[in-house]
This record gives sequence, C-alpha cells and structure tokens, in this order.
Amino acid sequence: MFRRAPLLMTVLLFGYAFLYGPILSLMVYSFNESRLVTVWGGFSTKWYSELLHNEQILGAAWLSIKIAAINASASVVLGTLAAVALVRYRRFRGRTSLEIMVTAPMVLPDVIIGLSLLLLFVSMQTLIGWPAGRGQTTITLAHITFSMAYVTVVVRSRLAHMDRSLEEAALDLGARPLKVFFAITLPIIAPALVAGWLLAFTLSMDDLVIASFVSGPGATTLPMVVYSSVRLGVSPQINALATLIVVIVAIAVAIAGVLLYRQEKGSNSRKE
Amino acid sequence: MTQTSPAPGAADTASTTASVRLEGISKSFGNSYAVNNVSLDIQQGEFFSLLGPSGCGKTTLLRMLAGFETPDRGRVLIDGQDMTLVPPYERPVNMMFQSYALFPHMSVADNIAFGLKQTPMARGARNLRVTEMMELVQISPLAKRKPHQLSGGQRQRVALARALARHPRILLLDEPLGALDKKLREKTQFELVNIQERLGTTFIVVTHDQEEAMTMSSRIALMRDGQIEQLDAPRRLYEFPVTRYAASFIGSINLFEARVLQQNGDEVRLSCDEAGADLLVRSSEKMLPGMALTLAVRPEKVRLLSPGEQSPNLVRGRIKEIAYLGGISIYHAELPSGKQVQFTQSNVQALAEQPLSWGQDVLLGWHPDSCSVLTE
Repeated sequence: MFRRAPLLMTVLLFGYAFLYGPILSLMVYSFNESRLVTVWGGFSTKWYSELLHNEQILGAAWLSIKIAAINASASVVLGTLAAVALVRYRRFRGRTSLEIMVTAPMVLPDVIIGLSLLLLFVSMQTLIGWPAGRGQTTITLAHITFSMAYVTVVVRSRLAHMDRSLEEAALDLGARPLKVFFAITLPIIAPALVAGWLLAFTLSMDDLVIASFVSGPGATTLPMVVYSSVRLGVSPQINALATLIVVIVAIAVAIAGVLLYRQEKGSNSRKE
Repeated sequence: MTQTSPAPGAADTASTTASVRLEGISKSFGNSYAVNNVSLDIQQGEFFSLLGPSGCGKTTLLRMLAGFETPDRGRVLIDGQDMTLVPPYERPVNMMFQSYALFPHMSVADNIAFGLKQTPMARGARNLRVTEMMELVQISPLAKRKPHQLSGGQRQRVALARALARHPRILLLDEPLGALDKKLREKTQFELVNIQERLGTTFIVVTHDQEEAMTMSSRIALMRDGQIEQLDAPRRLYEFPVTRYAASFIGSINLFEARVLQQNGDEVRLSCDEAGADLLVRSSEKMLPGMALTLAVRPEKVRLLSPGEQSPNLVRGRIKEIAYLGGISIYHAELPSGKQVQFTQSNVQALAEQPLSWGQDVLLGWHPDSCSVLTE
C-alpha cells in the first residue's frame, strides 16, 4: 500500500491523526495517575472512581440523559408528523412556511436559537405563567425545537422513498387511514424512526450553547458542568467522563449507522 | 366514434345488472384531460380489458373504480349503487397493483390475511380462507416467506391471492403481467382466465399489451387520449376496426385511400389509385359516390394468387422484403404506385419448392368480406 501511493497514505494518516488524536489522548490521560493533565504518572482508574462519587457530575449526567430521552421521543413523534404532512399532503395552507420552519433550526446558529427561545420563554412566563421559571422543562422544549428538524429530514427521506401503492393496497383491502398508518406505514419507516431517535438523543447530549441560554438555577446539564469545570482548571475526572461519553455516543452512532445501512439495503433489494 | 357491442347474453338486461357502470366520467390533471367523458357498462362475470398506450387514461379510470381518484364529473356505479364518493376501504372492489405492493414486513400468509382482518371474522374461518387462496394460486409452500424472498412470478400470485381473499365483486388488475418475462406471461394469462371463470368475479384489466388483452378478455375498450376509441369483443376489434387508430393499434394492417364509385346493395365498388385497380368491399352502411374512405386489410387476409387466377380485389406488386419468422413469413410487396403491401404466408412445408424471392412479381388478392372500411 505504502509503495503504491505514499503521498495518499501520508495524507490519510495525518487525517486520522487530526480527527482521532485529541480524542485518543483524552482517553489515555483519563487513566493517568497524576493530578496534572499534562504529566503522565502511571496507569490508574482512580479518576473513574472519583467521578462515581462526584454528586454534581452524576446529577448533571442524569439530568442530561433524562432531557435527551424525553427530547428524542417527543422529536420522533413531532418530526414524523411533520414528515408525513410534507410528503403525503402535496398542497395545504402553510406548506411553505412549515418547510422553512422545519429546516430553519438546522441552519440557524445555536446562539440565535438559544437567545430567541430564551426571549420566548421569558415573555411566555409573563403572559401565561408557563413555563414557570427556566430549568429542565425549558431545556427540553428548546432541544425538541431543533432535534425535531433533524428527525423530520431523516423520516421524510424514508417516507419519500416508500412505495405509495403499499398504503393504497392497505386502503383497498379495507383498512381505514389511521389503521393503514399504524399497520403499514409505521413498520416500514421504523428504521428511520429509530435512527431519528438516536440522532435526537445525541444532539441533546451534545448541546451546550442552547442549554446555557434557556436553563435556570438548579438545572445544569452535563456539557454545562464540563465546560464550567474546565474553566476552573481541568481535573482528570473530566477526561474520565469524556471517555465514557465518547464510548456511549460512538455506540449510539454505530447503531444508527447500521440501521440506516440496513434500511438502504432493504429499499434497494425491493427495487430489483 | 364509439361502437358498442354488448356482451353475449347480457344485452337486454344490461341496464339493471351492470356490475360496473360509468356515466360521463371526466377527470383532468392540471390543464389536460386524463379521462374525458367516458361512459360504459361492464357485466357481472366479464373479463374486461382497458387497452391503450401509456397516458391514454386507462390507469386513471381504474383508480377511479378503486376509489383512489375522484372524477371531476360523472358517476361510478357498482352493482347499481353510486360509489363516486365512497372511499376505497368501503368499496366491494379489490385491486392488484402493478408493483404488486406486497407488505414487505409481513409473511405471504399475513399479506393474504390482511384484508380479512379488517372485517369481523373468526380466526378459524380466516385461516381457512387464507389456505384456500394459497391453494387457488398454488403458493401453499411459501406461506411463511417474506415478499423479498419470492421470485417475480410468486409475488404476482401472492398479490392475486391477497386481492381475491375478500371475495370482491370486482377485481381490478393494473398491468397484471407487466413485470413477468415472456414465457411466464403466456402461462399466467391462461391461469388468470381459468381463475376468473372458476370464481365468476368481474375482472377489469388495464394493459398496454394488445396480445394480452386479445387472449384474456371477453371485451376490450381501446382507449386513446382519455376516450374510448372502440369497445368490442377481441375478434370484432381485430377484424372490424372502426377507426384508423384502432386498426393500427392492434396487429399490423394495410390501409388504402379510396373513393366510392357505386353501391349495389351491400357491395361497394371503390376506385383506388394506390392499389392501381378498382376494389370491392362489403358494407351495409349507406355510401355516396365520391366519398373518401380508407380500406383496411390484414396481412394474413391477403392471398398470393397463381398466374391467371381471378379475384374481386386484385393488385400486382413486386417483392421488396422478406422476413422469415419460423411459423410464418412476412412479405412486403411494392405496388406500381409505390404503395407497400404487407402479406403473410404460413410456412406449410419445411422446404418450399418455389419460395418467393426478392424482386419477384406477384399477384395478390383478398376477399371482399375480409376487409373493413374506415371512415375516420
């Protein structure tokens, strides 16, 4: 390989080093004995056990997982509804605005989404008294707002590729529209729903900017804790935590990838 | 423009027992008519074909029968009941889709049972019905397979069984054989006809394949630009087309531009410059001298005459092209006017003593009963 294209292989190596080097060093230093992040003091798992006794970080992790799970589930429901509306109903009032609203969160900077949602929540509280204060609820709502957009895109492409006559055949065989949706449409687009759920979960776990805007006292998500503790001075506990997160996210992404791949393969074999 | 000949034995009761009746159906998409003012009656137990090129409106018509499209104008009656606005899931009609539309996440048996599960029915009766259907189309050993594990022919059978499982009054088939290869298609044609005869269900088939329509149907509606060009039994459609379009859509045909000389009873004498001779044809329609019309003769009706033989329709030509197809040969002869006439000969002998060759002069003729007159 090296002999055939030395330049290409060098570029490839540098590319990998660039992408994975930082992550790898972070993981390696999570097993560092020394308190100083930059000095290697021998192998140890003590930071992991210290992490397990750190109430603040564990609390934040739990909160993040809760928010991510609720967010993912709600996004899948709303995103699927939006996708069905956009794919199955060609013409309706407000179609264009729905399309724009659904894609907007993907292109808008997080700072702007965060700020605008904060302003919305504040004025809502003044006007109708809900949501009372900012915390878990507002973070979840904010996350749903942008996660839903991604779910819509994933589900929409699956729906668009689905053979319309499958639904027509079910109608023809006497199933009412709602029955058709649950018995035929949902099972067929299920891989996209799972992939969308995982995507939404990961997006929520990742988010720092928007959560910082819309959270209040008492609701500190994991990325917020990590970010603030890094500013005070890096503890190898953060490395341990980051390693765990990387592993969890990698597994989730791998599952989503496999599902999407299978879905692709399935629809290809059906076209034959 | 539309000639209707009623189905055998159903002529006088047509108005009361029509299985399907379309009354002045029109449907447009955007600015163009997909279906334009179509009316027709289909009798119970008929094997009816909607034939035409793509874009002639035949599929739209079928989808309106199934309930997937609503006509802009006109009414759809099924067994005398107005079904124009009834949704698909409440019609006594089932459809077999061109893509088969088998549910990919269900087994063959579950696919067939799907329609039965939508009506209250005991599990035992349902299973019995599924078994019965699988036997009917000979797919019993495949019950547990998923659609992606089946061949094209097997999928077609599952689709048929699923559509028949609910005992529909009418079965709609959208290009039922379109996805099969030639051999399988011919075999399946006969099976479809057998199943239809056994069940007595009205079959309405959409097809662009004239051979398919000819072999299977009791009647064919030939469609063009959203309208019915001719509605007839296959034999009449082939032997007595009423328009040039109908004549040339089914099989090949020789067309001569001619002018009426005189009519004696049902014998009409024509002058024809293209043929280089006067021609004789039988027609009961009243024709005035000088009227322009088109004479249509099928290639197999044109006979090769031996020298000196007489025929009421006699033309001279020279062989220009020969195509040997095995069972028959197709010849193109050029008349002195430059007009090409196509005729066929059965290859009765393996090695003909005097085969026709290129450039040979031939005498051709046909019987006055074996041609038809097109006025359009």
